Amino acid sequence: MVANRRTFLGQSLAVGAGIGGISAGGWGALGLVSPAWAKDEPPIGTWPAGSQGSSVFIGITVPRTGTYAVQGEDELKGYQLAVEHINAGHPLIKAISPKTTKGVLGKEVKYGVADDGAKPNQAVQNISRFISENKAVLMTGGTSSAVAVALNKLAQREKVLCVVGISGSNDTTGKDCVRYSVRECFYGQTAAAGIGPVLLKAFGKGKKAAYLTPDYTYGHTVQKSMSDFLNKEGGWTTVTNQVSPLGAPDYSSFLLNIANSGADIFLNINWGHDAVLSIQQAKQFGVLDKQKLVVPYQVPFLAREVGGNLLEGVYAATDFWWTLEDKYPLAKQFVAEFEKKYGYKPEWGANACYMQFAMWANAVETAGTFYPPAVIKVYESGAKIQSTVGEVHFRPEDHQLVRPVIIVRGKKAADMKGKEDYWEVLEVLPGEPLMQKPDAFGCKLGDYT
Amino acid sequence: MFNGLVLGALLALISSGLTIIYGTLGVLNLAHGAMFMIGGYAGYLTFTATGSFLLAILGGALFVMVLGIVMERVIIRHFYGRPHEDQILVTFGLSIVFVEAIRFSFGSLSYSVPPPPWATGVTSLGFMLYPTYRLVVVGIVAVALLALYLVLYRTRLGMIVRAGIEDSVMVDSLGINVFRVFMVVFGIGAMAAGFAGIVNAPVVSLTPDMGEMILVQTFVVVVIGGVGSFPGAILGGLIAGQILSITSMINPGYAYVMLFAAMTLVLLIRPRGLMGLRSRD
Repeated sequence: MVANRRTFLGQSLAVGAGIGGISAGGWGALGLVSPAWAKDEPPIGTWPAGSQGSSVFIGITVPRTGTYAVQGEDELKGYQLAVEHINAGHPLIKAISPKTTKGVLGKEVKYGVADDGAKPNQAVQNISRFISENKAVLMTGGTSSAVAVALNKLAQREKVLCVVGISGSNDTTGKDCVRYSVRECFYGQTAAAGIGPVLLKAFGKGKKAAYLTPDYTYGHTVQKSMSDFLNKEGGWTTVTNQVSPLGAPDYSSFLLNIANSGADIFLNINWGHDAVLSIQQAKQFGVLDKQKLVVPYQVPFLAREVGGNLLEGVYAATDFWWTLEDKYPLAKQFVAEFEKKYGYKPEWGANACYMQFAMWANAVETAGTFYPPAVIKVYESGAKIQSTVGEVHFRPEDHQLVRPVIIVRGKKAADMKGKEDYWEVLEVLPGEPLMQKPDAFGCKLGDYT
Repeated sequence: MFNGLVLGALLALISSGLTIIYGTLGVLNLAHGAMFMIGGYAGYLTFTATGSFLLAILGGALFVMVLGIVMERVIIRHFYGRPHEDQILVTFGLSIVFVEAIRFSFGSLSYSVPPPPWATGVTSLGFMLYPTYRLVVVGIVAVALLALYLVLYRTRLGMIVRAGIEDSVMVDSLGINVFRVFMVVFGIGAMAAGFAGIVNAPVVSLTPDMGEMILVQTFVVVVIGGVGSFPGAILGGLIAGQILSITSMINPGYAYVMLFAAMTLVLLIRPRGLMGLRSRD
């Protein structure tokens, strides 16, 4: 090789840059000087350690035991299907995250699952382990809002992104909102705002209402917004509001009061197994024969578990029901894929969890980096995202997804086409007008770094 | 008040099973709650196969009795001579195995058994409406307790059992095969829990975790009533049922606090429980 000035100059420059890179990397590791390639992106949380290999890790904590176990398993299936699709570059993921090829930024997604029994302490312990041992770049969990809120706090402290699973409390993107967490499902209050007008249309004005309210934030806020709306707009009266503890083994004393209250409408705000048991027992106490049941926020698997056609004619608000496949092509694909793999129609928990992972893949691909503040800024850009319930976007102020509320009514046994055809979709209400202002629940997101 | 009676009756039945096992065998069976749960599931299976509630009760109770006997023969028998800690650990381990086995085969989705057609609906008691089946439960449990009483106090087997509680060495030296009696007692005790499990199934739906909560309540009942005492279990059950339901009406959060407070009070005043026997040790 004939050396001339040009090639010599080029080689020496390359060597020089190499030395510079190494020294900068060395200093960066010591935390004194940032390397040149990451001047604005200093190490934070599990970044960049968690995304330097050929794969990235997601920590999943779901209840696989206890009151919310059924919903937890459904969530997990949603997560697993999403990971499978992300790694394979499935068309459904590409529809939601157009830049996805295979994996996320070309890295394979791996995950670990731990059972938290819907206990916040256990959930935090599980995820902390995934962060320290596996350098998780993303965490998720939910079903109980207490878990979601605990993970929010962990995410903000550890500076690791969190996408919450099922969580209906106003607090999750309200007073306990954080910069490092986002929520797909709407809050209880939005559900209540959506179903109120439908109830007035269905039952008319001047009705007497009895409430059965679980004794925690979610229950109280939903009860209040329901009764405020119905009493003011429809001239309804609240004849009784029975407050029951979370996970009560028996609802008889509350149901006795409701049965003897003379109400026309029975609004049951309970969730999880509590909802199932209280509805079954309401039947035993004859409440369902005299009063019309309303479930302001439908828990996944409610219809399957309650059984005996107790939900015929019952109005409920929900995040997703599989017959939306007639309306949304992505829902059709999702339902088909899910059923093919798991042998049943997905409930809304599975949908929420699938969407959360898909939207995370989209955010990272759009950001072009796993650097958390950059990913968060993509979420906060409010860009439109294609989803199983049409076009959606995140609100930058509180990280809440703006998405429709689905109003359903329990079908008569005779009208059911197939054994999983429990609900008839009555209305798909745009979410935006139903949502509270972002600061209504005192959300302060906190820092990026 | 009525809620307390229903709950109390059930607790009395489950507790009497626990207490006769402990009284006779000296084994504290932590798998007793799991027996209650399995009774419910076995009954549910019988019900779906036959459609008959009476057969479901029979199926649930008999299955758990057989399970109890097998458990005694295969495992518990080897633990009579070992320290209490070992017995507690092995029964606790068994309870985990049972719960997870049920979760594995049935999943976490709850199942419900409808009450028999003649006991559905509500009955007017004049001052309030009450579900008919819950009234029936009190009757069923009363009959079961009476049957248990007759077995324990009016048969030769019962005599041996009660003698065994007092002094098992003496019973043994009189030429009676104590081990066979032990097996039968374990079966009967387990059956009481299984029977309660299926009788309770139409009131609350079945989940794999249902036994855990009832186990705690059952222990409190046994302690209040007096460990090893059959009448004590019944009295304790009725008292605990009332405490739980009355407190629930005022503030459900304090139901357990009151229950444990009552237990502490009883222990302070009568360390052996309300109807406790003299210790065998």
